[in-house]
Amino acid sequence: MAIIDVENLAKSYGDVHAVRGIDFHVEQGEIFALLGPNGAGKSTTVEILEGHRARTSGSVSVLGYDPTERDRAYRERIGIVLQETAVEDQLSVKEAIDIYGSMYPKHRATGELIEIVGLEAKTDARIKTLSGGQRRRLELALGIVGDPDLIFLDEPTTGFDPSARRQAWTIVENLASLGKTILLTTHYMDEAQHLANRVAVMADGLIVAEGTPESLGDRQSKKTVITFVAVGVSTDSLGLADVSTGDNGRIVISSDEPTRDLHTITGWAISAGVELTDLSVTRPSLEDVYLELTGSNDE
Amino acid sequence: MSDRQSNVALLGTQVGYQNKVFFRTPIAAFFTIFFPLMIFVVFSLVFGNQYIEELGVTTAQYFAPAMAVFAAVSASYTNIATTTAYQRDMGILKRIRGTPLPASVYMGGKIVSAVLIAALSVVIMMGIGILFYGVEVYARTLPAAIVTFLIGVGTFSALGLLVAALVPTGESATAVTNATLLPLAFISGVFLPPSDDAPVWLETVANIFPLKHFVEPFSTAFNPTYTGSGWNWASLTYLLAWGIGATILATRLFKWEPSTGSGSRRRRRRATEPS
Ligand SMILES: Nc1ncnc2c1ncn2[C@@H]1O[C@H](COP(=O)(O)OP(=O)(O)OP(=O)(O)O)[C@@H](O)[C@H]1O
Ligand SMILES: [Mg+2]
Repeated sequence: MAIIDVENLAKSYGDVHAVRGIDFHVEQGEIFALLGPNGAGKSTTVEILEGHRARTSGSVSVLGYDPTERDRAYRERIGIVLQETAVEDQLSVKEAIDIYGSMYPKHRATGELIEIVGLEAKTDARIKTLSGGQRRRLELALGIVGDPDLIFLDEPTTGFDPSARRQAWTIVENLASLGKTILLTTHYMDEAQHLANRVAVMADGLIVAEGTPESLGDRQSKKTVITFVAVGVSTDSLGLADVSTGDNGRIVISSDEPTRDLHTITGWAISAGVELTDLSVTRPSLEDVYLELTGSNDE
Repeated sequence: MSDRQSNVALLGTQVGYQNKVFFRTPIAAFFTIFFPLMIFVVFSLVFGNQYIEELGVTTAQYFAPAMAVFAAVSASYTNIATTTAYQRDMGILKRIRGTPLPASVYMGGKIVSAVLIAALSVVIMMGIGILFYGVEVYARTLPAAIVTFLIGVGTFSALGLLVAALVPTGESATAVTNATLLPLAFISGVFLPPSDDAPVWLETVANIFPLKHFVEPFSTAFNPTYTGSGWNWASLTYLLAWGIGATILATRLFKWEPSTGSGSRRRRRRATEPS
């Protein structure tokens, strides 16, 4: 049985149709990422699953529960990190984790959680003295304090410095390796690429693509791009089909067989006695595919 | 689940936490505990703690219980309404709503905490009255005074939750509680002893609202010329009716999500794309 089953889910706020009929399923132990531009409907979707919002239509089953029923037993098994939230400024980090932990039947040890999110130095500091990223780490700790089976993370690493982001990724990976299921939203392509088993891209209330980060938007079948700068030689003798000359004399080659074509190019360069400055071989990134899918690259 | 803490244990934790939040918010602690005390001391100094002929009591004997009620109402009504509304603005209520904590335990924690804070300010007020201004307390009326206090604080806690349910933001909660409590305090005998010169309609208005039904029986219990045991059943029933009505309405109308209006400015905005 899937942990999350969403069918034909729709949500309108008055005449704003935030979610317009989406389907997806998440299996146990999966890390599932929702991507999409601002206002795509990610938070709306996640908050319906959390039980914070009522859906307009469609069916939703999470851990076998209907979140709108707001069962206490359901809330004991989920952990939530909201996109916009706060913790009582007057408390210390330790006090907040203690108090929120007390609400769950099985909760993780406060000291261990503080260590996991790297706030040891701030254990007794008042929350009002924490930096934005430190607060976000505390919110992550509060999201998993109840040792949940399913964790909702709405943009969990926004505001993190690069090393904190890496740490958060490790935390999420460790949770998944314990068999926990994670539903994540993010604006960071590298985060989705690194963490997610599957990704769904939302735009304007619909899922426009879904798959593994590698396969998304048919990315595997896209051509590899080889570029370099070679001064004072003509590429006519190269004998490759898809060659063009870009800005500053940069040569751009699209290739279906990059290994063979690279061999041809380097052989050609050696025999012509030129140096291939700034040689690079790239495949379209998740971000390129994302921008194409969400139509944001036209702007 | 079997390891679930009992609601009583959870309530205990919630009360401790609400107390902590209160005492670490200096402005709330000031207006609830210190401010009424200051008014009491100033009144006693300004009026020289003289004997008030019409009432048969000294200034301090009159104002100590009156200002104690004012402090108790600040601790319950004003404090619960504003803190709850501000916590909603910040998204704290929404966070609580996502945990397994039952809403009744969370609200119960706020009310029990208000009762304790109110009790503390009443004890400080009466204590200073007794020590420095010759205020007297009578064993005969003490049980009635305590029950009146509990029912009064319970009712004003429920009213505080109702205000939090009705207003959109913390700022509006502050405005509404001040705009209701201060005028009522003037006409209900909290800041001024009741006067025979006041128009009848003013007294009618005061009688409709619950404050007078709290301060009058409580003050009577400290009136040296009064000979009964202090049980004012009519006022207590009337207070309870307000309390129950407020609880029912607050439960129906309560909102946990920040309003999408001005209050949301206070929350940190995160919806920025990295590119
Ligand atoms: N409470 C609300 N009332 C009215 N409209 C809302 C409400 N919440 C969201 N919306 C609208 O619904 C749409 C989807 O919003 P949502 O917050 O789900 O987007 P998102 O994908 O999470 O965006 P972001 O990346 O900016 O967080 C937006 O047009 C938003 O303005
Ligand atoms: Mg969002």
